[in-house]
Amino acid sequence: MPDETKGNTSPNPDQPVSQPSSSSTPSSAKPPVTVPPKPAAPPPPPKPAGPVPVPWESDMVAGLKQRFGSGIREASTYLGQSYMVVERAVVYDVLQELHDQQEFNYLVDCTATHYPQRPQPFEVIWILYSFNRNERIRVKTLLAEGEAAPSAVPLWSTANWLEREVYDMFGIRFDGHPDLRRILLPEDWKGFPLRKDHSIIQQDQEWVQINLGIESGQ
Amino acid sequence: MTDPTKSGGASHLDLAEREHTFLDANELVLNMGPQHPSTHGVLRVILKLDGEKVRGTECVIGYLHRGVEKIAENRTYTMFNPYVDRMDYVAAVSNGLGYCEAVEKLLNIEAPPRANYIRVILTELNRLASHMLWLGTHALDIGAITPLFYTFRDREEILKIYEKYCGARLTTHAFRIGGCQYETYDGFEADVKKFVAFVTPKIDEYEELLTTNRIWVERTKGVGVLSGADCIDLGVTGPVLRASGVNWDLRKAKPYAAYSQFQFEIPTGQNGDTYDRYLVRVAEMRQSLRIISQAVEGIPEGPIMAKVPKVLKPPVGEIYHSIEAPKGELGYFIVSDGSTQPYRIRVRPPSFVNLQALDKMVRGQLVADVVAVIGTLDIVLGEVDR
Repeated sequence: MPDETKGNTSPNPDQPVSQPSSSSTPSSAKPPVTVPPKPAAPPPPPKPAGPVPVPWESDMVAGLKQRFGSGIREASTYLGQSYMVVERAVVYDVLQELHDQQEFNYLVDCTATHYPQRPQPFEVIWILYSFNRNERIRVKTLLAEGEAAPSAVPLWSTANWLEREVYDMFGIRFDGHPDLRRILLPEDWKGFPLRKDHSIIQQDQEWVQINLGIESGQ
Repeated sequence: MTDPTKSGGASHLDLAEREHTFLDANELVLNMGPQHPSTHGVLRVILKLDGEKVRGTECVIGYLHRGVEKIAENRTYTMFNPYVDRMDYVAAVSNGLGYCEAVEKLLNIEAPPRANYIRVILTELNRLASHMLWLGTHALDIGAITPLFYTFRDREEILKIYEKYCGARLTTHAFRIGGCQYETYDGFEADVKKFVAFVTPKIDEYEELLTTNRIWVERTKGVGVLSGADCIDLGVTGPVLRASGVNWDLRKAKPYAAYSQFQFEIPTGQNGDTYDRYLVRVAEMRQSLRIISQAVEGIPEGPIMAKVPKVLKPPVGEIYHSIEAPKGELGYFIVSDGSTQPYRIRVRPPSFVNLQALDKMVRGQLVADVVAVIGTLDIVLGEVDR
């Protein structure tokens, strides 16, 4: 793999080579060590094309596409890992089909990602695994601000705490969750820290003042 | 007794249910923790008791929440590496392995064979250290004090090897993205072989103390039973899953590092109770020694770092990679936007997910069993709360 830093830091042959590097001592009175100009750098080897998602084709995907049509927006494989992007309206049915018919009986993880610049800023990701098939897949759906995702608790009990954590960190609600409360942060905390518009040092000052009796933890 | 299957895994205290089930019984709500020696950290369990019977529990967690996932978004890939050690701090090497391998996958590079062997040796030593700490504290919770001294004495030898290898004993930061930073020190192989020879009979000693000890057996057999189907439904992994009879280990199911090159077995139990989980973990310690012996014999020569760019900029994309940590499936879901900092890192912590099974395991049992069950789940609150 080509060294990406080289393109930036190695001196351009057209420019003087004597410019001190940032790590050199400040006593620049001393004549700079003349670095013999590098022999014309060999042309960098063509950058190997990065891996790209390829269509994920299998009987299962074909069956899902047949049943849900355009509800399955995308089904791809990236770096050997398969995922599908599903419309929110059908995502519960897709998960149910995967759970009941396709033996994906283990919900590995449920999490989310925030892309504030997109019209549908939230992506909810379910990572599923099938013991019988030894196969792991991801199902994703996109949500607009304020839109709720269907809860997967009826399918996998694991989802209970995982969805609570997503709610805690992103403020995404899950319809049908039996007990959707914050799990890691205090219940009366305000703000959703894993949203991109939430700064890393931001905190609920009011909560800190009331409960800890100090001006700020920062 | 309430039907535990009706809880559906939800661990909230249902007030309506309380009125119907308890009629005129004296029910008691008891706080256990967060400052309680057998919760292994800052776990608070609200117990709903009917005499000594547990009618329901609710876990209150988050006391140790540091926002590791948010920190990750504000660090480069390399800078975040030491942070992962602070999640499951008794198995820091495993955390590092999972993270480094996940980023390597995203970068589409592979660690060289020698690095993979070193990684396997250190990770398996770490599994031993984690299980030893678990065994000592778990036995202490139940009332057997002696094993604690035995296991901590032997765990010390592992920490000494870590200290000689990388200078740190607990939060080792042993691996780098692309391989290992340090070559093994002179005498590393000899130290590891000496350790294996030293500790093999010691595991028999632990078993002599406990396996047929009547108090131990009575306190653990039939306590906190989880069926295989329950485990899968609750997403429980690691030794807890295997003790319920499910033969599943990521080292075999999705081999990583150099695990496909070693011979070892996956110990399983049948009853899914606390006693079987104890047997499975002890058997796992023996298998780890087997792996370490093979790895240290066959450690190949060669480089220990792959060719890695100085500035890591993984291409845009997402990856999920998981390893079999001592406590279960430890996964990293990383989203790259092509910059030097991860756009999002999600850690799938085994302790967090396994802890969710606590309610199911203790309903209808005695209050003293809660201590045994928390111990047998082998949770580390640094990982539960992140």
